[in-house]
Amino acid sequence: MKATFSIWRGDAQGGAFRDYATEVSEGMVVLDAVHRIQAEQANDLAVRWNCKAGKCGSCSAEIDGLPRLMCMTRLSDLPLERTISIAPMKTFPKIRDLVTDVSWNFDVKKRIKKFKPRPPDAPDGTWRMAQADIERVQEFRKCIECFLCQDVCHVLREHQLNQRFIGPRFFAYVAALEMHPLDTEDRVAELKEAEGIGLCNITKCCTRVCPEDINITDNAIIPLKERVVDRMYDPLVRLFRLFRT
Amino acid sequence: MLDGGPQRLEDPLSAQVQTHEHDVLVIGAGGAGLRAAIEASAAKVSVGLVCKSLLGKAHTVMAEGGIAAALANVDERDSWKVHFADTMRGGQYVNNWRMAELHAKESPDRVRELEAWGALFDRTKDGRILQRNFGGHRYPRLAHVGDRTGLEMIRTLQDHGIHQGIDVHMECTVVTLLQDGDRVCGAFGYDRERGLLHVFRAGAVVLATGGIGKAYKITSNSWEYTGDGHALAYDAGAELMDMEFVQFHPTGMVWPPSVQGILVTEGVRGEGGVLLNKEGRRFLFDDIPENYSSQTAADEDEGWRYTQGDKSARRPPELLTRDHVARCIVREIREGRGSPHGGVFLDISWIKRRVQNAEQVIKKKLPSMYHQFMKLADIDITKEAMEVGPTTHYIMGGVRVDAETQASTVPGLFAAGECAAGLHGANRLGGNSLSDLLVFGERAGAHAARFAKDHRTARIDQAQVDEAARRTLAPFEHEVVGDGVGPYRIQHELQEMMQELVGIVRREEEMRRALEELAKLRERASRVRVDGNRAYNPGWHTALDLSALLTVSEAVARSALERRESRGAHFRDDLPKPDSAFGKLNVVVKKGSGGEMRVERRPIPEMPAELKQIIEQMK
Repeated sequence: MKATFSIWRGDAQGGAFRDYATEVSEGMVVLDAVHRIQAEQANDLAVRWNCKAGKCGSCSAEIDGLPRLMCMTRLSDLPLERTISIAPMKTFPKIRDLVTDVSWNFDVKKRIKKFKPRPPDAPDGTWRMAQADIERVQEFRKCIECFLCQDVCHVLREHQLNQRFIGPRFFAYVAALEMHPLDTEDRVAELKEAEGIGLCNITKCCTRVCPEDINITDNAIIPLKERVVDRMYDPLVRLFRLFRT
Repeated sequence: MLDGGPQRLEDPLSAQVQTHEHDVLVIGAGGAGLRAAIEASAAKVSVGLVCKSLLGKAHTVMAEGGIAAALANVDERDSWKVHFADTMRGGQYVNNWRMAELHAKESPDRVRELEAWGALFDRTKDGRILQRNFGGHRYPRLAHVGDRTGLEMIRTLQDHGIHQGIDVHMECTVVTLLQDGDRVCGAFGYDRERGLLHVFRAGAVVLATGGIGKAYKITSNSWEYTGDGHALAYDAGAELMDMEFVQFHPTGMVWPPSVQGILVTEGVRGEGGVLLNKEGRRFLFDDIPENYSSQTAADEDEGWRYTQGDKSARRPPELLTRDHVARCIVREIREGRGSPHGGVFLDISWIKRRVQNAEQVIKKKLPSMYHQFMKLADIDITKEAMEVGPTTHYIMGGVRVDAETQASTVPGLFAAGECAAGLHGANRLGGNSLSDLLVFGERAGAHAARFAKDHRTARIDQAQVDEAARRTLAPFEHEVVGDGVGPYRIQHELQEMMQELVGIVRREEEMRRALEELAKLRERASRVRVDGNRAYNPGWHTALDLSALLTVSEAVARSALERRESRGAHFRDDLPKPDSAFGKLNVVVKKGSGGEMRVERRPIPEMPAELKQIIEQMK
């Protein structure tokens, strides 16, 4: 069976969708189709990928307008009777074809205060933690850094506020640090100011596109917002602070 | 424009090359590379880290089962001595025994260090790091996070490393090392984004480039695994060792075709999963190797009790070493007892007969396996069996290094992790590679830093840079000569040929044929032409990767011919028994003075009495 894919070709200066018809077979995913087109029709078609098993988060793209991993999107779930569009993530600057410049994400992470553990619990330098206490953090640590949540977040996508807002991926990252049973660092002031958590109006788009099913909005962003509110806006706390100073 | 098309070769190439300076240059940013870079930067030298992909995407991310370390949190009988003996037994005693000793002694500290850097391993009831069973390990030994341990490890190292002042060069591929006389003094490469050329001047270089899986058709490895470090070292005059030992993991996905080779973690078997042929028989009970018979369960019930933590029980045969399990699977398939799509069945859903809420248990213990089969194959592993078959997974062989320092035989060049040889001998135990990356990554980083401090940065030879630039850009210049010279096609033919002729079961005449085919492929690769320009051009990248793939393929084939016996992962149909004479030597390849590949047999140094005694005690 043949299927047709409309793939965006171009670079930072501009580009256009080009149609490629290729043979498809049972079990194929979108990345397989892209690879077949690359091997047979367009050797220089740029696509970023690594594991092809949904574990590395490299092959993010917009398939028929939806941000998804190409390696985990099966052709059998797409309406192949019509042309399927494959475009690079819109939020990030284009490099070439399906490859975007995601380096901003790496810069953001560097600015977040690193993990700072409490002193070890045992004389041999180890800690004791209950499984129940680490499970909520393990949820965030499933993140494969595909940046699809960043791509879909309208604060970044439509409003381009990347100077004032770190995006859902890094709220999940901060939440993992803040809720880590051993961590002693305080990141609440940065959350409110430089990291811009107030700009999120919890539309949950990030949660919906997460290929790891991390509940970013409910489990990371809202608890962090509550920490900020408790600290910065609680009238009793403000009163207390006023007297203390 | 990002780039103005192929550069003409008459341009002065040196003018287009960007130069970077580091005391230590680490090539590869998986577990070993990141750990080496962290250690070198802790020694207060400047560190550059070059990686083919984005940071955090390296193959380590795919590791599922866990990190082997004798923490003795779950079974207090465990110790470095047992781990050492297990590693040597698994490697059929051709391992570098000193590396096996250091690895067993140091891996617990390396794991605890990850926890201090933020890793969150699954816990025991008393709040310590939980450990799970794995093939060839006598006691539950693998620290893990569900079945995504590699992700936890690489993210921990990455998030720690980015605060260490390491210069990371992402999406950058090294194509050759630069030398001042023998000594390695830097590297030459290109970046993917713009196709610009780069020279990295360095006091010392650490190779941490992983494996060679892309030399085979069916593999669990990603596109990056083209044997770069092996080939860089070989071309610089270093020795490669044990290249005949390629690990075929027994359980890769076989259906649908597009996911063929993707790994199914050994953790499935560690949690009680069983291998069945189409008759529903647990065929592994039919063939238990003699040196493991005293450690293997007598029946299904004992095997089950072992997986559930009964300390008086012995392990089920599914948890025998990977080489053995893979061969038994191949036998079942060849003799017509396989599954519909050419594999065998791996069943974890059966545990519902033994435990309540089996569905929840499976989803909790093996979440990514559940996810992977549900999404890619429409199989609910809590309800039905998976179909699995062997997949090229790992190479035990690599750069021959000094056990203490990870120094290669070339001054200034170090290697760690999968691209180095020695620890695993003829067969690697599951879980020993993540610990390998940490233990020897740390050592390589420390000793490379010391080397860089002790030796002044050497001179870069402009002629070498110009030659490297010429070779790198040559594929744009080649004439179009009919069909059959496209980079993907050559790579594909190489993979088919290696799978067929130098795969799990080997024969002399097939390997000789492979050498002839390799010569033809090399000739075609030297003329390969690519289209487009230099900006993020995967056709060009694939063309450049061919050289390393051909070198490692030749090394595998020649070493496999030289080892005239069967041992561990190296199985010869024409010589199916181990030969004790070969048990005392390693096969080494090196570039000869005329550019030809030379093969040598190298005796293994005598093991000290105290280590021999440990092995005897543990038998």
